[in-house]
Amino acid sequence: MTKAELVEKVASQINLTKKQTEVVVNTVFQSITESLGQGKKVELRGFGSFRIRRRNARTGRNPKSGAKVQVPAKRVPFFKAGKELRELVDKEEG
Amino acid sequence: MKKEKSSNTVVKSDLVDRVYEKVGFTRQEAMEAVEILLNEIKAGLARGENVRIANFASFNLRKKKARNARNPRTGEQIRIRPRKVLTFKPSRYLLESTDRWHDEPNDS
Repeated sequence: MTKAELVEKVASQINLTKKQTEVVVNTVFQSITESLGQGKKVELRGFGSFRIRRRNARTGRNPKSGAKVQVPAKRVPFFKAGKELRELVDKEEG
Repeated sequence: MKKEKSSNTVVKSDLVDRVYEKVGFTRQEAMEAVEILLNEIKAGLARGENVRIANFASFNLRKKKARNARNPRTGEQIRIRPRKVLTFKPSRYLLESTDRWHDEPNDS
């Protein structure tokens, strides 16, 4: 499912145009992105939580040439599915 | 009920507020829209579809094979059944947005 398909599905269930729904969808994900950028975590009941994890600097290797390269420390976004979502995803073949 | 856990945690009602500020509808409508959005993502994943949100991330399903393992406490052999797990792959944009911090001095 792509974002466009998601927008369509949401719009069909609510009294909003596709345009308005698209703004809603973009606002939600932009807010999550900005919050993570500010170092905040985002917890959505029934869905899951988004947070930032720190990766230490390390020496990596260029897999092609074998040359050593310094990989700087960085912050990466991390998502943990909530219990409800984890169970939902794993339902069918249970 | 307390309003917030802490200012460091963003919850659903904060997202609803943002939607409410951004668009002209009532708070009730904004709340409904956010709820429906999250439910549709869940529904897609429950149907077995990956969900890809451009400029944010994709939520992908992975099949895990059955395997043997041990209960680390008792040492007992257990069988882990085949299962499906959800993985999260951030987009380049999300990665760049969250990584800009490490230049700042208070990063220690």
